[in-house]
Amino acid sequence: MAEIVQEESHKGKGKRKAKKHGTHIDMTPMVDLACLLLTFFMLTTAFNKPKVMEVIMPDKPKDNEKPPELDKDRALNIILVENDKVLWYVGIAEPGKTILKEANYTKEGIRRVLLERNKQLFTNITKMNKDLIDGKLKLPRDSVEGRIKRFYKADKTGPIVLIKAADGVKYRNIVDIIDEMAITNIARYSLVDINPVEKMMVQTQLGSKPPVTAIK
Amino acid sequence: MGKIKIAVKSPRIDMTPMVDLFFLLLVFFILTATFRPEEAAPIKTPTSTSQKPIPDANLGTILISKGDKIFFNVDNGTDSSQHIRAKVLSAIGSNYKIKFTPKELKKFEGLASFGLPAANMKAYLNAPDQKAREAMQVGIPIDSIDNQLLMWVRFARTYNTELAFAVKGDGEATFPVVKKVLAVLQDSGVSKFNLTTDLKAGIAAELPAEFIIK
Repeated sequence: MAEIVQEESHKGKGKRKAKKHGTHIDMTPMVDLACLLLTFFMLTTAFNKPKVMEVIMPDKPKDNEKPPELDKDRALNIILVENDKVLWYVGIAEPGKTILKEANYTKEGIRRVLLERNKQLFTNITKMNKDLIDGKLKLPRDSVEGRIKRFYKADKTGPIVLIKAADGVKYRNIVDIIDEMAITNIARYSLVDINPVEKMMVQTQLGSKPPVTAIK
Repeated sequence: MGKIKIAVKSPRIDMTPMVDLFFLLLVFFILTATFRPEEAAPIKTPTSTSQKPIPDANLGTILISKGDKIFFNVDNGTDSSQHIRAKVLSAIGSNYKIKFTPKELKKFEGLASFGLPAANMKAYLNAPDQKAREAMQVGIPIDSIDNQLLMWVRFARTYNTELAFAVKGDGEATFPVVKKVLAVLQDSGVSKFNLTTDLKAGIAAELPAEFIIK
């Protein structure tokens, strides 16, 4: 790699000169080491910073403030339960009347339910993204987010998703469901407490065993 | 006419510029390398499709471990001369009637996430090594009677007004604890925060067939 030092052969009877040592230092090992360290640091600096999912929670309601009324046909209630299952219903829960439907976290599960209800908004945003990629639509980079926000605001038909979690649900499930909201472009969703009626309904649905709370 | 001889040169390459470059890059990578600070507990975050990177500075992190223990971490802000961690700790100290020495405050500044009641903080900071410190990490109390996490979040926000929050929970942490943590954030007026996740292997989420727009 470095160099090939060619030895000069001495011919004839001339004086034998003391062999002159050049000031060459064989740098190969040093370069090898530098290269190795370089590779090591390049690989370990890995830019795999953890990702984050932004969540916006409603401000805590003041005591004398009534929670805003919501259109009950648009209210989609999602109840997370144990064993990675999801129950959902539309509107307001009435004991004995409301039927909880079961779903899971796959693309044919809760994602389909959400997409069917949010088709218009989802199509609008997907089309816009596609136009951006194809170059049909030219927008400065920073105004894309603003436009999506405007789509969200203008949305009058999409579901308002209320996410509730029963005891025994894992943190992973909550992240999954919020991720589903991002995938299906749901404009309005919120994490709320489960109410007693729903708790009862979940119990009857899953067989009347009481909810198991992990005791550590 | 004699033949023209082509001078045979030894294949000598001057490597100096290459070596220079190597060292330059090496120094760059050594300096930019960020080493993971000692974490109070191993946490395996769940995956999501979000691609937003975590903020570099001004971040308060609430960690929830697999056993539902709670840890807290706050960074020194963009500039370590602000001594934000030390200020937060001395505020906590005066709140729980503990006096921390300058040496202890300095020590605290260099540490990362912690999870223990404020009463044990002094012993924690004077612990001889990491092993001894680890044994003390029992989680920050979060009961309604003694909600120390709320205090940490509040003081951290007082001394760094630009602080953003991230919740880094283990996928197996249970919902009641997560709910308490979210309630703490809501109580201290943090309505916008981040959930730390790992990127899912397949980045694009699959959709049911009829929703794929061509």
